[in-house]
Amino acid sequence: MTELFDILMQASFWAAVLRIASPLIFATMGELICERAGVLNLGIEGIMVIGAFTGWIAVYAGLGLWPGVGVALLAGMAFGALHATLTVPFGLSQHVVGLGITLLATATASFAYRLALPEVTSPPRIEPFAPLHIPGLSDLPWLGEALFSQTALTWAGFGLAGMVAFVLYRTPLGLALRAAGENPQAVAAQGLSVTGLRMGAVIAGSGLMAVGGAFLTMSAFSSFFFEMVNGRGWICIALVVFGAWRPGKALLGALLFAGFDALQIRMQQTPLGQVVPYQVFLMVPYLLSILALILMSRRAEIPAALMTPFNRGER
Amino acid sequence: MTQDHGAQDIVLRLTNITKRFGALLANDGISLALRRGEVVALLGENGAGKTTLMNILFGHYTADEGEVEVFGQKLPPGLPGAALRAGVGMVHQHFTLADNLTVLDNILLGTEPLWRLSLGRGAARRRVARLSQEFGLAVDPDARVGALSVGERQRVEILKALYREARILILDEPTAVLTPQESEALFDTLRRMVAQGLSVIFISHKLHEVMAASQRVLVLRHGRLAGEVATADTSREALAEMMVGAEITPPAPSPARPGAVRLRLAGVVTPPQGTRPGLRGIDLDLRAGQILGLAGVSGNGQGALADLLSGLEAPQAGRMELDGVPVRQWSPRAALAAGIGRIPEDRHRTGTIADFSLTENAVLETYARPPVARRGLMDWRAARRAAQDLIEAYDIRCPGPEARIRLLSGGNMQKLILGRVLEAGPVVILANQPVRGLDIGAVTYVQDRLIAARDAGAAVLLISEDLDEVLTLSDVVRVICDGRLSPEFPRGSKTPAELGQWMAGAGVDHAA
Repeated sequence: MTELFDILMQASFWAAVLRIASPLIFATMGELICERAGVLNLGIEGIMVIGAFTGWIAVYAGLGLWPGVGVALLAGMAFGALHATLTVPFGLSQHVVGLGITLLATATASFAYRLALPEVTSPPRIEPFAPLHIPGLSDLPWLGEALFSQTALTWAGFGLAGMVAFVLYRTPLGLALRAAGENPQAVAAQGLSVTGLRMGAVIAGSGLMAVGGAFLTMSAFSSFFFEMVNGRGWICIALVVFGAWRPGKALLGALLFAGFDALQIRMQQTPLGQVVPYQVFLMVPYLLSILALILMSRRAEIPAALMTPFNRGER
Repeated sequence: MTQDHGAQDIVLRLTNITKRFGALLANDGISLALRRGEVVALLGENGAGKTTLMNILFGHYTADEGEVEVFGQKLPPGLPGAALRAGVGMVHQHFTLADNLTVLDNILLGTEPLWRLSLGRGAARRRVARLSQEFGLAVDPDARVGALSVGERQRVEILKALYREARILILDEPTAVLTPQESEALFDTLRRMVAQGLSVIFISHKLHEVMAASQRVLVLRHGRLAGEVATADTSREALAEMMVGAEITPPAPSPARPGAVRLRLAGVVTPPQGTRPGLRGIDLDLRAGQILGLAGVSGNGQGALADLLSGLEAPQAGRMELDGVPVRQWSPRAALAAGIGRIPEDRHRTGTIADFSLTENAVLETYARPPVARRGLMDWRAARRAAQDLIEAYDIRCPGPEARIRLLSGGNMQKLILGRVLEAGPVVILANQPVRGLDIGAVTYVQDRLIAARDAGAAVLLISEDLDEVLTLSDVVRVICDGRLSPEFPRGSKTPAELGQWMAGAGVDHAA
């Protein structure tokens, strides 16, 4: 137990929590927007890979870091557009299309990587985002390192969560999006385009997922590996459920998962890590997530029209 | 006001509207005009093309031919937004509300430009309150729509249209889900609207409501305009004839000769399921040779009672007796074995399997027994013969026993289910909404057959939300409200208004 306490007292632990949570926040917000409009986007895992790859390769090719994030965003939106076209106007199975997009996006990243860097054995490094120095706050003892040693992209992620919440609950656009996920007939009857709303949500959401992926290559690490997304997309889908489709609770879920993850890495270094195989520690965040999911999502109100295609004029 | 103003008073004009769905001609060259400050009833049987016509007007469908003019401006086809902006509001038969959103959010949806940074809920709440007051549409703007009664939801739909400053309101079968009292309140709202110069098109197939609420009636038959009359110059009988194209004789059952109690429920309780109430301690006797009609507003326990009799649910408490013998094991199979014939509420989802053939659907309840099954194998020749017999005996119009049941009209599908039930020689018949959505021809057929089954000694439980139907067919009427039953009322002992009181919950608490 003293080990646990020691870990929680380390400033670097809390810094790691925020760092690990950042890509999850972007991608979770992206998935949440899609699902709130009524579309399950299982392309998330592949779209994160594409985001990680395109952002990194753009910077490697000479672009600045923020333009690189922009490239990742656009690449994600392109795959989002494909997903949206197949699932919304064509009304195809969202499961099949989503998994297809994941396979396609992952394979496209792999193919483009080989085309761009045919001779390379280990992927080249780029100069990633540096921690943003906030005058005053970053210089605080302990707290400065724990909370204020993050890159600008992390802060953007937190800002994004607030923005998504504001748009969903405070603006006409958000109301229309939520209604499209609850009862598309109601949206159509009020003269709005369900197709437009849903496609827009999937495209925008996919862009955010790609930025989440780009965080991995451009802020967390400084290079691109194929395994680096490593199931984070699927975790984000669970986080949306955990958050009961609400941005605030989903943000909390992302931080919680990141906390478990940061904890297990450090637990491996303790005496307990000498006895227990490290794979057990790797499982911990997932086991705890499942537990939290069971406890938290029992009373969640799932968008009533999630995964229900909408066809106007059908009888 | 002089006659010369007539042409200017026209707020809506449909010209020569034609719409096809595949081979079906749903609307055939229909023209109509609506004036300022009047209620026009659009009358017709199910499938006559009423809803299609209104969906074209509202832009949900595009017409193959013809045009729509609102306040002298031609409407672009296929754009509900354009119809809304022109001042047309529509209250659909199936409400278009999002259950998880509040009343206010449902009303606000789509009324502000999407990219505005604020919803303006405060001002909207005040306007909704004013409209509620003005038109007699009481509803709490902050309630979740999912928690509202059907009548309240309808008020939200009307408020939605009024909030958008609709000048023309289309109501599609608005009273189908209301108690007589709620319908009265709705008609009162309509009168207030007309008094303020709004115009209303009221779609219905209930003659007495058309007579009560409209100034002018347009009758549709098989997609064509079959007649147009001032309400004051016509009668229910004349309208019915215009609707069907022939004189009709409603079934007039002979007095019943009730026999022994075949099925008895005593203090039966079933648990609620989600928003559906369970049964809260009901006593019910179904006697041989008698039709017991169960009236009530939808969602008051009819579903639970039907599931109980079908064997889909077992009593949680209380006794259930068949011919005086207490029932122990209760399941769909046990219900079938006990001789309970089941005409389910939803003929598409629970009554048939849409992509199975008539033959397969005909033997759904007997497939495991001879002659259809022999030594564990299906005898398809016997099954086909059974289906062929049903087709002939019940006048099922179909391409043949191998046709998929999906291709049949509702009436023919219902005849197959009816035949399947009656040919088994049932002791008890559960008829849950047996004629909903059928045209008058099929309605009369089904009702006559049920009366014949009664006369042959079956105990019939008729569940219907249509009070007229209950009153026409039933020897005894009971009302269900919130999972409890009223006492038995013999035929003719209660007026529709008195039953409406029971349907609204007055007095039921003391019964059972």
